[in-house]
Amino acid sequence: MVNYREQLDRTFAALVDPTRRAILTRLEREDGASVSELARPFAIKLPAVMKHLDVLADAGLITRSKLGRTVTVRLSPEPMREAMDWLRRYERFWSLSLDRLAAYAEGKEAEMGEKGS
Amino acid sequence: MTSLTLVRRIKARPSIVFDALTTPEGIACWWGPDDGPVLLAETELRVGGRFRVRFRMLDGSEHESSGEYLQVERPNRLAMSWRWVGGEEDPGESLVEIDLRAIGEGTELTFTHSRLHDEATRRSHEEGWNGALDKLERHFLEIVERKSP
Repeated sequence: MVNYREQLDRTFAALVDPTRRAILTRLEREDGASVSELARPFAIKLPAVMKHLDVLADAGLITRSKLGRTVTVRLSPEPMREAMDWLRRYERFWSLSLDRLAAYAEGKEAEMGEKGS
Repeated sequence: MTSLTLVRRIKARPSIVFDALTTPEGIACWWGPDDGPVLLAETELRVGGRFRVRFRMLDGSEHESSGEYLQVERPNRLAMSWRWVGGEEDPGESLVEIDLRAIGEGTELTFTHSRLHDEATRRSHEEGWNGALDKLERHFLEIVERKSP
């Protein structure tokens, strides 16, 4: 099993490239497309597109299935969800901690006000 | 560069908020996302000094973070390096910056946690890509939100 961190690194690395992001965005809209359909909008050759698809598949971001001579590519959003969860965990930690900090500091301020009066 | 910014308006003067952020007694009262206890809080409040905080969450998991104070300007600004200790969360070092501004009703706190996931950024640079992780984050959000039921 690939460890969590390696998986995250792969996801981030795979998503940094604009061509790969464009491929994912399209798959998100279409729910499955053939390799040649995916290659059509790009000014790069089919083997280059295949390479991008390899990277996305290694990162677990897409799945490929072959029927006859047609390879259909589909989005597999789970690794993206994991990467988002990773970012959201920080947000959650700090957001809730800062709410608690605010409540604590406001209590202290109220205490000082009482002592002062 | 992946970063997170949060703003809070707090009805307490900046010096009270600053002390809550930097003293072990203060930290023990708020640090962590739920009502689980802070098990250890150590702060050596000077530039180059270190902090270490360990807390337990209500689910029983324990987490520890530590770092070095980089800027200590009571009551307006605090910056420190940040690292989770011994966890699989993220072994990399990141940066926490907190600015406290006096406003009519108390303090406006601006919190920024940046340099998150530097490792991925570094790798992507090595491979000749632009590490546009901010854009990426938005892209994630779009896709994940649209895919969620």
